[in-house]
Amino acid sequence: MSVPPAGARDLRVRTHRGEVGAGDTVASALARLQEVDADGQSLNIFVSLDEKFLRQHAEAAGGFLSHAEPAPMLGVPVAIKDNIATLHHPTTCGSRILAGYVSPYEATVVKRLRDAGAVPFGKTNMDEFAMGSSTEHSAYGPTRNPVAPDRVPGGSSGGSAAAVAAGIVPAALGSETGGSVRQPAAFCGIVGVKPTYGRVSRFGLVAFASSLDQVGVFGATVDDAARTLGVIAGRDPLDSTSADVAVPDYHRAGERSIEGLVVGRPKEYFPASLDPRIRERCDAAFAALREQGAEIRDVSLPHTELAIPVYYIVAPAEASSNLARFDGVRYGLRLEGDGLRGMYEATRSRGFGTEVTRRILIGTYVLSAGYYDAYYRKAQQVRSLITRDFADVFASGVDVLFTPTTPTPAFPIGAISDPYEMYLSDIFTATANLAGVPAMSQPIGRVDGLPVGGQFIAPHFGEETMFAFAYALERVLGAETLA
Amino acid sequence: MSTPAMESATRDWEMVVGLEVHVQLKTRTKAFCDCSSAYGAAPNTNVCPVCLALPGALPVLNAYAVELATRAALALGCTVHAKSVFARKNYFYPDLPKGYQISQFDQPLATGGRLEIGRRDDGAAVTVGVTRVHMEEDAGKSVHDRYAGATAIDLNRAGVPLIEIVSEPDMRSAREAGAYLRVLKQILEYMAVSDVSMEEGSLRVDANVSARRRGQVKLGTKTEVKNMNSFSGVERALEMEFLRQVAVLEQGGTVEQQTMLWDGAAGQVRPSRSKEGSHDYRYFPEPDLPPLLLEHAWVERTREELPELPAARRTRFASEYALGEYDIDVLTADPLVADYYEHVSRAHGDPKASANWVMGEVLAQLRAAGGDISTFRVRPHDLAELLNLVRDGIVSHTAAKQIFARMVATGDPPAQIAEREGLVKVDDDVQLRQWLDEVIAEMPAEWERFRNGERKLQGVLIGAVMKKSKGRADPRRLNQLLAERLGT
Repeated sequence: MSVPPAGARDLRVRTHRGEVGAGDTVASALARLQEVDADGQSLNIFVSLDEKFLRQHAEAAGGFLSHAEPAPMLGVPVAIKDNIATLHHPTTCGSRILAGYVSPYEATVVKRLRDAGAVPFGKTNMDEFAMGSSTEHSAYGPTRNPVAPDRVPGGSSGGSAAAVAAGIVPAALGSETGGSVRQPAAFCGIVGVKPTYGRVSRFGLVAFASSLDQVGVFGATVDDAARTLGVIAGRDPLDSTSADVAVPDYHRAGERSIEGLVVGRPKEYFPASLDPRIRERCDAAFAALREQGAEIRDVSLPHTELAIPVYYIVAPAEASSNLARFDGVRYGLRLEGDGLRGMYEATRSRGFGTEVTRRILIGTYVLSAGYYDAYYRKAQQVRSLITRDFADVFASGVDVLFTPTTPTPAFPIGAISDPYEMYLSDIFTATANLAGVPAMSQPIGRVDGLPVGGQFIAPHFGEETMFAFAYALERVLGAETLA
Repeated sequence: MSTPAMESATRDWEMVVGLEVHVQLKTRTKAFCDCSSAYGAAPNTNVCPVCLALPGALPVLNAYAVELATRAALALGCTVHAKSVFARKNYFYPDLPKGYQISQFDQPLATGGRLEIGRRDDGAAVTVGVTRVHMEEDAGKSVHDRYAGATAIDLNRAGVPLIEIVSEPDMRSAREAGAYLRVLKQILEYMAVSDVSMEEGSLRVDANVSARRRGQVKLGTKTEVKNMNSFSGVERALEMEFLRQVAVLEQGGTVEQQTMLWDGAAGQVRPSRSKEGSHDYRYFPEPDLPPLLLEHAWVERTREELPELPAARRTRFASEYALGEYDIDVLTADPLVADYYEHVSRAHGDPKASANWVMGEVLAQLRAAGGDISTFRVRPHDLAELLNLVRDGIVSHTAAKQIFARMVATGDPPAQIAEREGLVKVDDDVQLRQWLDEVIAEMPAEWERFRNGERKLQGVLIGAVMKKSKGRADPRRLNQLLAERLGT
């Protein structure tokens, strides 16, 4: 194995000094990809990756802020989840219905990365339309976990997580609706951040559930994630739900002490059934945080157990509407049938996979006249209770919450066939999406050689504090988790 | 329209009508993107990722559309709500790119308005309630007759901002429905919120109509009538549908709740093949747009800045210009004509003369040329100047009409035309006497009869002089000279 790539910080400095060109960086990333794929079976990380194009365009990446100051992500290759619109590379959302579809415009987050000197590096595999927790539900086959290739990398952003975990790129973009960045980050042993709803523009992110969706970032380290988020965050006039809130220098949060700050330990995230080895890793993390001067306080978020049922009403409802545009009329797959209705049916029933079809059906049902009040309206009411749980606990003087990211480590490919069992892997993550609060996962050790993730959850727009904790925890646990 | 069939049907049955009117707002760009909303561009040229519903695109609300919608709602007497919510109306159709229309559902922009549509014989006002005004976007156009065996889609219209104005079922005849539409159209024109052209589709009407026995309180089952392309078409369609329903009811049948399509050429309504009634639109709040919050102060300022409403203008025309009811009706029908008239009248100073000219020459020209007064060649201050020339005796009334015709053709100022064409009034006695002599010489028989007391021939003789002078002779002086001549 070659040396793992430098982090975003080092690449930026070295590129600026002329010690390494963006072309060299791309070349070594491509070499690394070839290496991991040659290691037995392909990990199937990328859905599309035009090597020639990347080599040609890497040299063009620049965007110096000034001669003295290099652009914030200068020369850093960043893999992009396949549901984020990019020029040149197709944007298929891991779906047959968008096979070969190339967006004529690019997402705000991708533009901001390029403006910051980063090199968008291919499109990564994902569960179709981000519906899934294992990256097995892709029209382009499953992605394997670089840490344990017989296991799933988590999902839906499994390709992006694997690209970082395999040491191909130091950072990647994913998307979150119910845990699709944090859960694969946990499974792959890297850092994954779901920002506050409205922190990052969704313009160009293909919608799954608009009120929950948020672009998230993966980093090999907390610093890689912090720098990447800092570049893509901030108000975008093209997204009416993006917030006009100043973006702090997240990568400087590591300079902040967490001494005297309060970490909440919500009991609902530590049920009796929790794998004792995961509980043990969390306890070690709490000990490390206490060591840094933080106070650990037991708290309760009483409506937590309702998150999965609420999530699986709200998300499919919005998805059923968001995915209506894939109708074979303007772009993507079109299969002829008997008349207009036949064309719709042929295109959509053949273009969408089983899980997507299931959620469209659920969503259509819960929005139907006569069922709306019982399902969608009720779910939104319960959602506001979940949101209030967080508001109450943060108002009580708690700065962040710390929980396990997932109830289990990465499971073997093909191990879970029951959809509801699969949904339960989001049990600790979906709450943050429903409440709109920021959350992140970072490695806190291993169980049977498989990475375990710990999750920080912060108040709305509290990413800076959250990163301060993450940097602090990484400093203590770093050596152990990277081993 | 009063046909024997209607007279017979309305003896026992009452028509109940509520109208849903869709109006395109006159914005430069679409409701949720920067594409031009102009009518008539080449197909699919005013489109972008947002209105094509490309994956990942998001709507951004056009603030000017909100302003126009608010203006319309206030003019219709509605309460504009501090908070309204956009909602998705979900249905599949090829000209609906997103698979849903962004509309408003249970929290519309405005509710509770009222419109006076006329007066009964006893002077009581006839009013129609405006249930709600909400904002939404237009769909594209499906063109079924352009390519054999295929449907073409033009998405230029997709995303153009609309308001839907829903009335209470307060109208009791096709005539009242027509009156409501004309009053509504006029108000929207006055507010400058829409082109309100049924031909271009910037105003569209769907009618809900039912029949009930006179004296009955409970409403009958209604049908929705669509596809009318003129106000008179609406009136005819309502009567045909009413007659159809009455026929069904009189035979002991029941009216089926369904959508009827008006076939203007055949003068008939027929059931729509699509199952409109069975749609479940699965409305839910649009998560891509935050609720629309309007500050009270902004709404009040918009109210204060509303253009003058038609009723207020009519009252003012009566007091300020002392015009009769007929003149006022004609002059205020179109706000741009009313503006034009006011400019002329103020610049010239004689409201009645100005009214006569605008209602006569100007409107006749516009009708003949089919143009719009905003692009009419003769600008108000030029017309006022022409009227000044007439008043000051510099040109005759007859010459003025010729000058006006030249103004329409050239756009030149009237004085210049009068000078150039030799139309300045001639009151020079030498010239007038010479013309008179010539006419007497040319028409000796008429002159003799006139001299012998046939006074009615005065007009013939004067007319002949006017003709000879090409309208320049001052008729008053001419009459005096003729009288003098008789006396000698």
